[in-house]
Amino acid sequence: MKPAVKRIIFFAALIVFWELGSRFELWHETILPSPVSVYDSLVAGFADMTLVYDLVASFRRLLIGLVAAIIIGTGVGILLARSKTADETLGTLVLALQSVPSIVWLPLAMMWFGLGEGSIIFVVILGGTFVMILNVRTGIKNVDPLFIKAARTMGSNGLDLFIKVIIPASVPYFVTGARLAWAFAWRALMAGELLSSGPGLGYTLRYASDFGNMSLVIGVMIIIGVVGAIVDLTIFQRIEKNVLKRWGLET
Amino acid sequence: MFIEAKQINKVYFDKNNKPNTVLKDIDLSIQKGEFVSILGPSGCGKSTLLSMIAGLVSSTSGEIIVDGKKVVKPGKDRGMVFQQAALFPWMNVTENVMFPLRKELSKKEGLARALHFLKMVQLSNYPSHYPHELSGGMQQRVSIARSLAMDPAVLLMDEPFGALDEQTRSRLHGQLEEIWIDTKKTIVFVTHSISESIKLSDRIIVMGTRPGTILTDITVDIPRPREQHRQEIAALEEQIMALLKTEIDKVIDEEQAYEAGS
Repeated sequence: MKPAVKRIIFFAALIVFWELGSRFELWHETILPSPVSVYDSLVAGFADMTLVYDLVASFRRLLIGLVAAIIIGTGVGILLARSKTADETLGTLVLALQSVPSIVWLPLAMMWFGLGEGSIIFVVILGGTFVMILNVRTGIKNVDPLFIKAARTMGSNGLDLFIKVIIPASVPYFVTGARLAWAFAWRALMAGELLSSGPGLGYTLRYASDFGNMSLVIGVMIIIGVVGAIVDLTIFQRIEKNVLKRWGLET
Repeated sequence: MFIEAKQINKVYFDKNNKPNTVLKDIDLSIQKGEFVSILGPSGCGKSTLLSMIAGLVSSTSGEIIVDGKKVVKPGKDRGMVFQQAALFPWMNVTENVMFPLRKELSKKEGLARALHFLKMVQLSNYPSHYPHELSGGMQQRVSIARSLAMDPAVLLMDEPFGALDEQTRSRLHGQLEEIWIDTKKTIVFVTHSISESIKLSDRIIVMGTRPGTILTDITVDIPRPREQHRQEIAALEEQIMALLKTEIDKVIDEEQAYEAGS
């Protein structure tokens, strides 16, 4: 059986079980709404455009934050890989900060940037930056010494060697770093939006929760999961697979 | 003399700061256009010596002169082929061969030169393939074409066929011999295979190990193509083995591992 067929059967069974459980009142509608009412609230949300505006607003923040995280992460990662002193000082700080969930920066961010866009984007940037830094650093440090030796015998050195050989050789790590940065940034974005002002998927989720609209809460959760999975599968995993194959790291 | 190594010594310090002499008092002269093999068991420093000619490794004392210039760093006058092809995986075959040319030649000239040398290694049908799409032997031929394309004064080869299977290796021996006859390059070829060195070279420098020294310098005057002179080859093989009584066990062990394709 094809994986896609298995998947469809699995999800269909899950939804049928969920719907039947609601019909036979194994659990109460206010605790866990049925798939049909979740579907209805999603349709209503898209019909009055609130969920569309939410998606647009969330993606705007994510895009700004992720691009900034990748740029900063690449810059700092290169610095840490090239300078031993920077690695021994700033590198330790990066390692420590990486273990702090970026959402705990939100109170400080609100003091600095106010309650709106600025503080959410700041949290998103922090969410993606550290993992990007560490991957870029590892990538550059792990370039096969043979590539460097070969390039040197062909008259390449200094900046030329770095740009033409070391950077391209570490591209697989850059791609993995960007994929993880996206995953962390997406989680940070949702956490940030939950605690801040709208529009945005996270904001609508909290708004629905405040009004006891659990079917919309589940609907937004499904959107978050589906968007996350689609972006990961169709963009990042595809790029990563192609790069790994081209770079001869996977057959 | 075209390549001249004078009183080369190389001492490494290991983890416990103990000195470890890799090369001791190496004197070596190679003439222009010669095909010279450096033969020896592993640990004799033959690859280190080659890397010194390339300028990738510095010596503790002594100096190496290539074409009248003292070697201080790597340069395009000395092309190097490694045991692994070391092709850049993000570039296709043609781009790899053009890599050393990109500063001195226009794109058009570089492309023409790359295609010329790809033809020489019989890979002109694979200009836009990527390294991972090629077999090990094909990759090594691209690597040879890449070195030749820089038009180096000397081609340094560090066990270039060591990672290939027997049939492929034998075919590449023939191709390399043809390329050498066509281009008249000076070739310094490091190997631990006695038969490989006899098959290919004008001279065999036999090295001993711990510390690495030159044991003997043998001129091979078997006419080419050498496959037709099996008796002379066998005789020389025995002669080298006899000359090497103390090192021979190490060489044979490696030879067997090499022939087994490991």
